Order: sequence, then structure tokens, then C-alpha cells
Amino acid sequence: MALTAVFFYLFATLAVASAAMVIVAKNPVHAVLFLILVFFNAAGLFVLLNAEFLAMLLVIVYVGAVAVLFLFVVMMLDVDFAELRAGFIKNAPIGVIVGGVVLAELIALFVARGAGPVTTAVKGSPVPSGVSNTEALGLIIYTKYVFFFQAAGLILLVAMIGAIVLTLQHRKAVRRQSIPVQVARTPANAMAVVKVAPGETGMPAEPKGQG
Amino acid sequence: METGIWEIGIGHYLTVAACLLTLGMFGIFLNRKNVIIILMSVELMLLAVNINLVAFAHFSGDLVGQVFALFILTVAAAETAIGLAIIVVYYRNRGSIAVEDINMMKG
Repeated sequence: MALTAVFFYLFATLAVASAAMVIVAKNPVHAVLFLILVFFNAAGLFVLLNAEFLAMLLVIVYVGAVAVLFLFVVMMLDVDFAELRAGFIKNAPIGVIVGGVVLAELIALFVARGAGPVTTAVKGSPVPSGVSNTEALGLIIYTKYVFFFQAAGLILLVAMIGAIVLTLQHRKAVRRQSIPVQVARTPANAMAVVKVAPGETGMPAEPKGQG
Repeated sequence: METGIWEIGIGHYLTVAACLLTLGMFGIFLNRKNVIIILMSVELMLLAVNINLVAFAHFSGDLVGQVFALFILTVAAAETAIGLAIIVVYYRNRGSIAVEDINMMKG
């Protein structure tokens, strides 16, 4: 039990400290790297909570995809991030006030409620015994929550299509392959016979149609 | 359930989640001009919600919390992808991602 507590305090401290570094880091690349550290520590907390599947999902989806997406965007945009930090100190007091009020409210709520046992009167899906966390999740996701699961897939599909539609651009300068134009080419409009006088090195006339 | 300092109860996890949520909110105030950091702060807040849900799922012996956390992860990933795509398109059109420049619609 003591070992669990040690690991809990390790993960919790690192997660909160890294989260603080995310929001105060000067370099946005450092902020993204600290965000990755936060997600790793949250995955550790999930393992302590017997949610191994979600822990792996957090590492794979967040560290593997979302954080790398952030990194790509930060590196792609040629933005002066130092200029974006203007007003950093000016906005701090109101942020401290609002954040402090929220934190105080939440802590006061826990204290007032007490850290007693959570009610176990009604359980939607009790944890089955004898199966691993992943298997237990699969047993209910694909049966009881299958429509939510499908809706989640639909959300991901819409997000994927939306991101592609938003960012795909057809540059005018780039020549693209056009199959119909290629198929419609005939010798008549693709070739031209040019008479070149002796000694003349003029360029032949442009052939009609796409080259 | 007595929660001494070496006995990790649900209150410990809720406190960590509350700290993360507060830090996310603080980050939005602190980096008011930088959309990318604001998106990261929103990610932090969603992570705090997930920690809460998984903690409740664990301490009440109920798997529904983990299922909900799974769906929140899905929605958060979709939100990030769309948000970053919007940022890229906006930068391409306006050459800036400062929040106060985003006023085309005069809303």
C-alpha cells in the first residue's frame, strides 16, 4: 500500500508540476513536451486506478497522435511566439483570482463532503471479477454501449473529414495529373511539324493542348 | 475509509484533478493571445475530467466511468484535430494566430 502511495505522489506531483510548466513555458515546443509529460503521468495515475486500457490509450492516442499534431502545428507556423506572450504578466492577477476561487471551491467541496466512501447503491456496470480491465471494458462497450461506441466512431470520421476539407488546398502553380485530358490527347493536337530553315535555331512553336 | 497520508483515497485523486483543472483555466488567462497554448490548456482540463471519472469508476466499482472517459478522449482528440486545422487555415489566410486578430466576423 505504501508503494502505491509513493507512486501516486510521484505521478501526481510530476503531473501538476508539468501542467504548470505547460502554461508558463516560453517556448511552445517546450510546452508541448511538458504536455506529453503530463499525459504520461496521468497514464501512471490511471494504472494505479486499475484502468490499464485507458492508460495505454492515453499514451498511444495523446502522446502518439495529439501531442505530435501539436508539435507539427507549432513548428509549421512561422509565428513570433515572444510577441504572443505580451500581456502575460498583465493577465496573471485575474487568472490567479479566478483560478484560486475555482480551486478553493473544489477543495472546500471535498472537505465539506468528506472523503467518505462513494455510494455504491446503483451500479450501471459493476466491474466483473476474473477478467482483465481491457476485457471487461470490451464486454460492455460492444454490448451495452455499442451505440455510443458507433457515435464515437462517427465523431472521429467527421473530425477527420473536417480537418482534411479545411486544410486541403489546390495550388494553381502546381501542375496536377488530369486523367481525362491525358486520355483525350490525339496526335493532331499533341504534335506539330516545325519547318526549320538551315542555320536557324529557333524554338519550335508550343504544341497545343497539355504537354 | 480512513484516508491518511499513506492511504490513497478518492480525495487524493480529486485534488490532483482539481489542480490540473485550475492550471488549465489559469493557462487560458495567462496565454490569452496564443491559441495553441489555449488549446493545450483545454486538453489539460479535459484530462482533469478524465482523472475524475476514472477515480470515481475505481472507487465505486463501476465501469461506466471508464467508458465515459473513453468517449471524452475521443471527443477531445476530434476537437484538437479540428482546432489545429482551423488554426492552420487561419494562419494561411491572415498570417497571424493572435487571438485579438480573430475579428473578421465582428461578433
